[in-house]
Amino acid sequence: MKMDLLTSLYVFMLAAFVGFEVIRRVSPLLHTPLMSLTNALDAIAVIGAIILVGEEKSTLSTVLGTIAIVAATSNLVGGFVITDRMLKMFKSSGPKKS
Amino acid sequence: MTAGTEQLIEVAYLAATALFILSLKWMSSPTTARRGVRAGEVGMLLAVGGTLLHHGIVDYKWIAVALVLGVIIGVPLGRVQMTAVPQRTALSHAFGALCVTLVGTSEFYLRAPDVPRFMMAVLSAEVILGSLTFTGSLMAAGKLQEILPQRPMTYKGQNVVNLGLLAVAIGLAIHLVFHPDHTRLFPAIVGIPLVFGVMMIVPIGGADMPTVISLLNSYAGLAASAMGFVLDSKLLIIAGALDGASGLILSVNMSKAMNRSFTNVLFGAFGQEQAAVSSAPQARSVRSATPEEAATILAAANKVVIVPGYGLAVAQAQHKVRELYDALTRRGVDVKFGIHPVAGRMPGHMNVLLAEADIPYDKLLDMDEINGDFPQTDVALVIGANDVTNPSARSDASSPIYGMPILDVDRARTVMVIKRSMAAGFAGIDNPLYYLDKTLMLFGDARSFVGSIVRELAGGQG
Repeated sequence: MKMDLLTSLYVFMLAAFVGFEVIRRVSPLLHTPLMSLTNALDAIAVIGAIILVGEEKSTLSTVLGTIAIVAATSNLVGGFVITDRMLKMFKSSGPKKS
Repeated sequence: MTAGTEQLIEVAYLAATALFILSLKWMSSPTTARRGVRAGEVGMLLAVGGTLLHHGIVDYKWIAVALVLGVIIGVPLGRVQMTAVPQRTALSHAFGALCVTLVGTSEFYLRAPDVPRFMMAVLSAEVILGSLTFTGSLMAAGKLQEILPQRPMTYKGQNVVNLGLLAVAIGLAIHLVFHPDHTRLFPAIVGIPLVFGVMMIVPIGGADMPTVISLLNSYAGLAASAMGFVLDSKLLIIAGALDGASGLILSVNMSKAMNRSFTNVLFGAFGQEQAAVSSAPQARSVRSATPEEAATILAAANKVVIVPGYGLAVAQAQHKVRELYDALTRRGVDVKFGIHPVAGRMPGHMNVLLAEADIPYDKLLDMDEINGDFPQTDVALVIGANDVTNPSARSDASSPIYGMPILDVDRARTVMVIKRSMAAGFAGIDNPLYYLDKTLMLFGDARSFVGSIVRELAGGQG
């Protein structure tokens, strides 16, 4: 599916607004896990690297792409693992057990 | 491959996009946050799974090897100690930026010399942001891990040199936009920002790290978004924009909490004010107290606010603080924690450490929530924090931190400060709080001092 420059810019702008509105509501309590989660989500760049490596268009792109997949995947896995570990620790003092 | 598969991939990407947004939305409260992580993981699985079906992929060997290696490196990075979270975060910004830079570089050489102007512009943005974030984050991680000196290193004309470097890189990028066949220039728009990233972090000291990490987070997101423009991927544009927005919000928060203007942050002009401070601390008298005296005062209090700072993290005192919290709560003392936005080395750092020690999160209050409570507070106990409690930020217009919002601990009836010595804080500024009549200095290591107070409290009870 092709899209033109203008569509891309619209998508970017709307996503930025959604991002601002959603993230503004995150309590300062959770700012560290928020950062590690956005880091993990940012690792979505791995999809670009996967296609690059899979297409095998040149040796350079395969080598650089392979390193890129390693870097992004370690972010992806590490980011989710540590975010969940952190969030597990946040407990309320109330007696309610969920 | 069939058009059906194409559509399947697009649907997977669409679902992943929705899940990413929900994931961040659920982060707003600790009660739903773990659901947010699940949503993010499912979205990621869909996106990666969908990508593996892509028709252009002819060989899976290297993809498989790289994915496995990434998991092998990623798992230990997810299992680091909680005190190491700031440097881990910096390192993951570096990894993310590395990925974006490498993909951008490959894309350029695959497309050159016929690169349309717009494509060249976003490609340049991608590799410039990516490479400066890569080395900048590595430097930040090195400083946080204390492999590199934490003190800011400054020299004359630093900003001119740094901005000059960046200007050259941008100038070359603009030239490439119009003459993409000059491929020999491309390594320069990767290389110069790599140097700039190092130079940008050199003048930055430990206390500025929360702002810097947030800013690098934002750059990493924007670089990924630029990559989305290059690859024509809406999912990537959106995920990058979300990350960029998140980093930007956090850096604005942090800069407000340090009373720095946002342009000051954007241009990386950190750590300059310290140089101006040279006034020798006056020899004024302070009152100090023993753990026994401190325990007596705390036990007699109704309301105690504990103010943690980076010193608590350094001393690994969070578990002892938890024991103190338990001992006081058992006696019916109301104990809360007042947390300054820039306490520690990254946004929310103190909350994570205290949550690790099992302190309930509803006792952890933000600066704005707690400041009104100090006049009714019997004891404010400051552990390893300094500049964020300095009342001269409110009253002394000549102070380098004047105007910075602080925790008003001096409005409590009694202030106790656990501190190693009378040495000045990060900013090198004397803290008048220590010389107040109501202030008691508790000299010693945070962990062992809090431990001694806990022992005294236990002994006193029987």
